[in-house]
Amino acid sequence: MSSPSGTGAAGPLRQRELLSAAELARVLARMAHQVIERTAPEPVLLVGIPTRGVALAHRLANRICQFGGTPPSVGILDVTLYRDDLRRRPTRPLQATELPAKGLDDALVVLVDDVLYSGRTAAAALDALRSYGRPRAVQLAVLVDRGHRELPIRADYVGKNLPTSRNEEVGVLLVETDGTDAVVIRRSQR
Amino acid sequence: MRHLLSTTELRRETATALLDTAEALKQALLGRQVRKLPTLRGRTVVTLFYESSTRTRASFEIAGKWMSADVVNLTAGSSSVAKGESLRDTALTLAAMGADCVVIRHPAAGAAHRLASWVPTHVINAGDGAHQHPTQALLDAATLRERLGTLNGRTVTIVGDVLHSRVARSNIELLITLGARIHLVAPPTLLPWGVQNWGGDPDGTQDQAQNRAERSWPVTVSHDLDAALPGSDAVMVLRVQAERMHGGFFPSVREYSISYGLTEARLRLLPAHAVVLHPGPMLRGMEIAHSVADSPRAVIADQVRNGVHVRMAVLYHLLASQEEQA
Repeated sequence: MSSPSGTGAAGPLRQRELLSAAELARVLARMAHQVIERTAPEPVLLVGIPTRGVALAHRLANRICQFGGTPPSVGILDVTLYRDDLRRRPTRPLQATELPAKGLDDALVVLVDDVLYSGRTAAAALDALRSYGRPRAVQLAVLVDRGHRELPIRADYVGKNLPTSRNEEVGVLLVETDGTDAVVIRRSQR
Repeated sequence: MRHLLSTTELRRETATALLDTAEALKQALLGRQVRKLPTLRGRTVVTLFYESSTRTRASFEIAGKWMSADVVNLTAGSSSVAKGESLRDTALTLAAMGADCVVIRHPAAGAAHRLASWVPTHVINAGDGAHQHPTQALLDAATLRERLGTLNGRTVTIVGDVLHSRVARSNIELLITLGARIHLVAPPTLLPWGVQNWGGDPDGTQDQAQNRAERSWPVTVSHDLDAALPGSDAVMVLRVQAERMHGGFFPSVREYSISYGLTEARLRLLPAHAVVLHPGPMLRGMEIAHSVADSPRAVIADQVRNGVHVRMAVLYHLLASQEEQA
């Protein structure tokens, strides 16, 4: 996420909560219903993109089971090695990838990520998936769509559309990784 | 990180990051149809080998190709080196052609360091004389970490021709940096002078030279392999490097094999969890018995497998990020 550098005024961190824990749970429940509506009875493979996409994928899977959908399997796909901006940043650490041993051929894959912004992560994920097989279809589920796309990418399931400015940062906080559930927006630090 | 020249300057965080990357790469390549990552597309890696090699050169080539780099292989025998071109001129020629990284093996200690000061490319040391072979140490550490969980507090016994071994030097420094204890077993003629003062920096914080002067390192030395084995978590068997030996270092192959060879009887002296490593190429019947090399305790194939992932990790850390301002 590039942004014009701020004014440098060291004011207090301005942060606004956009979704509370309860709202976040409701949004995820609605997404789970939408996945069931569009895919049932076919089983889906929810593929989380680290870090927070993985926790979201597990939560979606639980919800889908609760609501009587076909129990989905959950995988993890680290897209770092497929990014087009590696040479613009210091070395990025790699994260785990866990996909079904039988490959992805003919699977119905739903990529899960926390925030959809430029679309570059999703594009890298599409590239990465091709190395693992030929899914029947790939869909994209994101908790927050904040706009400013740089590539022709569109999500199939959106938890919340958030109009943002480029010098704002959207933070998705989850119990699994951050100890609390919330979606916040703040002025960019950089 | 700009170059990888030795394990001496590798700090604990850097070494751990490299090993973590190698592990993630290994996992990322498991069970996929296409074993090719686009990460280093458009980057050129040249391997420049002034000494013979099977696994290191092939391993670097595979590592580069799996990450989509263009890999060019040069050996001294089939290049202008045979016509008398100097190392510097050869390297500058390669740099002028657009090489992004030069992987060099050379019989002279320090060759990679010199090269790094001449050319604008990244330089990886793939073995310089009896000095260093950092990627070998990293792949050994990766294998040990995989088998033993951690290196912290583990005892690794290195047996054999320590005097001529760049593998031993690189491993001692790296494994100590990662928290292991090192025990060396060799005939007195095959131990370097001052060996007790070797070692890395266990905290990765203090100045190496200063450290070395002030402390004694956790390198212990003995000449009795049978006594060392029961307390070892791993045994690293070194090849007897006849090509570097000019003179009598031990009376006969048979005597060396009896005193320092890892035989089946000696294998039974090891604790149940302990593993056997060999950097290859092996001289079966000399430093390691046939049956030991093929036993399930020997992780030699794992070392080779991990070698590819470790070298991919090194290429990733050197080539796939923003250039540091020199």
